[in-house]
Amino acid sequence: MKVSVWKGGAGGSFQEFDVPRHSSQTVLDVVTYIQRALDPTLAYRYACRVGMCGSCAMTVNGVPRWTCRTHVDKVLRNERLQVAPLKNLPVIRDLVTDMSEFFDKWARAKGQFTGSRSKRDGFAAVSPSSEERLQIDAGIECIGCAVCYSACDVVAWNPDYLGPAALNRAWTLVRDERVTDIPDRLRSVAGDAGVHSCHTHMSCTERCPKKISPTAGIAGLKREILKSALRGDL
Amino acid sequence: MSARGETLLWIAQRASAAVLAVCVVVHLATIIYAVQGGLSAAEILGRTRGNAAWFAFYAVFMLAVTVHAPIGLRAVLIEWFGWRGVSRGWFLVLFTALLAWIGMRAVFAVFA
Repeated sequence: MKVSVWKGGAGGSFQEFDVPRHSSQTVLDVVTYIQRALDPTLAYRYACRVGMCGSCAMTVNGVPRWTCRTHVDKVLRNERLQVAPLKNLPVIRDLVTDMSEFFDKWARAKGQFTGSRSKRDGFAAVSPSSEERLQIDAGIECIGCAVCYSACDVVAWNPDYLGPAALNRAWTLVRDERVTDIPDRLRSVAGDAGVHSCHTHMSCTERCPKKISPTAGIAGLKREILKSALRGDL
Repeated sequence: MSARGETLLWIAQRASAAVLAVCVVVHLATIIYAVQGGLSAAEILGRTRGNAAWFAFYAVFMLAVTVHAPIGLRAVLIEWFGWRGVSRGWFLVLFTALLAWIGMRAVFAVFA
């Protein structure tokens, strides 16, 4: 098959390689073959190879995907493949993007847990069947791959927008009964940089490899912020 | 603008959208019903002028448009042109005033 791979920084271009086809071949296998056999200068990022670490996401035939779990069979078109870095993130070199802003936005969305209990208070008993716990379960398996961030139109239009992953993280914390400072957390994800800029295109939900729906979390945050505003807490 | 202020704008836009949904349905149903008999402009004005109920309805319709459209335009200006700050605020104030003036002028012309 013919594989076009992005080479260089933001002003780079695609370079074409001939890569042999194999059964059960993943896109990450293809990129690894190119680096090991055809172009040792190719820069790309991966770690676990089993869909846990979230480091190997790239744009494959125009669509952001986790390459370690994307089989070539499913994305090959006319025996051709195009592999580019993730969109909406600055390109460092070749297929490697700078993810600083992506993770900085998690911090801006108050993505850290803060509780009120000390080690002397014992464990908090959280019912596994409570509505809040079920909502957290639906969003907690995020691997931070930035596929949703790369797929989001609003991030492309408004660089301040926190993005689906950071907002999904905020949602799982807002629903956590152990978490403190909820009004402050809601304030940090409200407004133009937060949930109120979401157009509900659902590209994040469509592309998330872990089948999370950040759109549902964003809608939940909108409801909680509305209630908080009506109570005068915001 | 603060997160609270931006949230209040969002609430105002959603609330005005709810009003507009009702107003648009009533407006369309009325014009479809009214023109079935082939009414002329003079006949329409003859029925609408001096009608306080329809004046109030279209005044509310216009108020909802005046709230809804500038908030939507505000987002468009950020997303399409990256326009923020004081200059965008003044542009939106002028746009809102123009919209209210043109709209209410039409409401007065047809119903007053």
